[in-house]
Amino acid sequence: MIEVRLFATLRKDRGKVMQLPASEFSDGVSILEHFAIPREEVAIFLINGFHSKPEDPVKDGDILAIFPPVGGG
Amino acid sequence: MAKSYYEKIARINLTTGEIKIEKLDLDLARKFIGGRGLGTKILYDEGVATVDPLSPENKLIYITGPMTGTASPSSGRYMVVTKSPLTGMIACSNSGGIWGAKLKYAGWDALIVEGEAPDWTYINIVDDKIELLDARKYFGMMSEQIDEELKAVHGPKSSVLNIGPAGENKVLMAAIMNDKDRAAGRSGVGAVMGSKKLKAIVVTATRTNIEDIIHDVPALKAANAECLKIIRENSVTGQGLKTYGTAVLVNIVNNIGAFPTNNWQGSYYTKGDDISGETLADTYLVKNSACHRCPIACGRVVNVNGKVVGGPEYEPLWAYGGNCGNNDLNTIDEANMLCNELGLDAISVPCTIAAAMELYQRGYIKEEECDGVPLEWGSTKALIEWTKRIGQPDSPLAWLMSSGSARLCEHYGHPEISMSVKKQEMPAYDARAVQGIGITYATSNRGGCHVRGYMISPEVLGLPQQLDRTVTDEKAFWAKTFQDLTAVIDSMGNCLFTSFALGAPQYAALLNAATGTNYTPDELLVVGDRIYNIERMFNKAAGMKPEDDRLPKRLYEEPITNGPSEGQISKIKLTLPQYYEARGWVDAFPTDETLKKLGLDECVGK
Repeated sequence: MIEVRLFATLRKDRGKVMQLPASEFSDGVSILEHFAIPREEVAIFLINGFHSKPEDPVKDGDILAIFPPVGGG
Repeated sequence: MAKSYYEKIARINLTTGEIKIEKLDLDLARKFIGGRGLGTKILYDEGVATVDPLSPENKLIYITGPMTGTASPSSGRYMVVTKSPLTGMIACSNSGGIWGAKLKYAGWDALIVEGEAPDWTYINIVDDKIELLDARKYFGMMSEQIDEELKAVHGPKSSVLNIGPAGENKVLMAAIMNDKDRAAGRSGVGAVMGSKKLKAIVVTATRTNIEDIIHDVPALKAANAECLKIIRENSVTGQGLKTYGTAVLVNIVNNIGAFPTNNWQGSYYTKGDDISGETLADTYLVKNSACHRCPIACGRVVNVNGKVVGGPEYEPLWAYGGNCGNNDLNTIDEANMLCNELGLDAISVPCTIAAAMELYQRGYIKEEECDGVPLEWGSTKALIEWTKRIGQPDSPLAWLMSSGSARLCEHYGHPEISMSVKKQEMPAYDARAVQGIGITYATSNRGGCHVRGYMISPEVLGLPQQLDRTVTDEKAFWAKTFQDLTAVIDSMGNCLFTSFALGAPQYAALLNAATGTNYTPDELLVVGDRIYNIERMFNKAAGMKPEDDRLPKRLYEEPITNGPSEGQISKIKLTLPQYYEARGWVDAFPTDETLKKLGLDECVGK
């Protein structure tokens, strides 16, 4: 399974943490499509805690964390 | 001639009651801009570096920048510059709200407060009139109540700055509060105010803008409009910070495994979402709030047990949360409120409690020392009670904790447990997981601090471009550039958060229009470099040693034990020499050649 964590405004109507079958997704782009998240709404895309691109491959056991543009402090 | 200054400084001696009006040296203002830069230069020139920070010989400078009170974005800032009793080095604490703008509207660039009042006193400023008034009846009151009572006396148009009980008690982590919930929070500036028996400064101004001293009003309007457009169109400053505040960082930083837990023994908090900006928005958030002329409006207003008050930033969410093993958001809101009421630094105080919890965990602090409130990880009772006790110390352990984690841990023979730099507690980003922020922590002139070169912006948020947080390449150069630009912004009187959207060209346009200078963006960064170096020379005169530019041993000897960044360690020993080279420093201090190059000839040979 692939764990997908959504944050901030991306959670609206989608949820916080979802498990997806790894066999159905080859990369982050396919996961964004699954959740109907427009590419331009994604500012930080983490795979297992490291900054990645949606084009990067995903595999069973990965944890994805996806953030819209947010801010710092 | 430089504009956007009223060219007036009030020198107020609390010992004698004498108030002198001095003319601002415009050449100095041009060279150091104002605020942080000019305040430090004045303090350096007046020989304050060698004095006891809590003695009458220390000076407390409240200073605006040339942009303070203009219509430029987020321009309500003022700075408190003094010698820190926490670090023994330079302190410059920066605050928003509207007090700073009102001081400027009243016609003052700065106040220099000296000496020690015979009894509790407050300063009342109405335009060009300054008087010293009896503050004894406000002694012991919480900061918010003082604000309300003084406003009742001086009218709704007044703005109040004050210290709460922590400042009265000379707690080394005491803050100066203004406009109820805004704080010049760090480095114990509130203790210096308390040592002078100065309870508050009230400002009322007839002016509502400073257009009478702007060099080129149409040019400033044009520069403002351009900056506002950039800020509004930027997704971080236009929407992100407004919606979630800085609290949105909890989940980001936790998900990269840079969120220290239990006093930096771990760096990933499994319950992080419980204390996140998203959860805050779904639960206790009432609305957002904004400082003077701020289009970003990152402030949080929360409901704490039925009371509507200023809410926590990211730092206290982390410090009272994961760093103390606590996932109860209401407790964090309440503890943050207590910090505002008592007048305490909401970073250093919870970090000191976290250090005490580790001392307790390891058996160095005994249960019998805890007066019925054991320092157990995640104890909500301990977080609330020990915050109160630090603000109003009433036991040997409370007094020890009120002096910060470095002195506390030193007392118990375990200085390595204090997660501090130059005796000031580090904020909420693990420098083992984010290499560049470690450089700014280690080399910050005011000790452990994230807002002296916010490397989280490129290394985590990808602004202005994404850097790999795990590598050291070019990080020294980036850290220096961020430090220099930050020094400029802090000296201008704009909020650092504007820099998520704006860069040196926009700041140069604002400053040139307001003051009549002709700085290029590169020249402005040289001014920032000069300011960074005068701070460093202040620290050198104050007795700083090269070994003070260091991170706690845990960060370079103990790899992260959990989460996505497990196994990572700070490479500060590699990056520090690179940083010194980029600065033109040898063994932590500028060479004479560097000082001359920056126009700091008066520091040569010192």
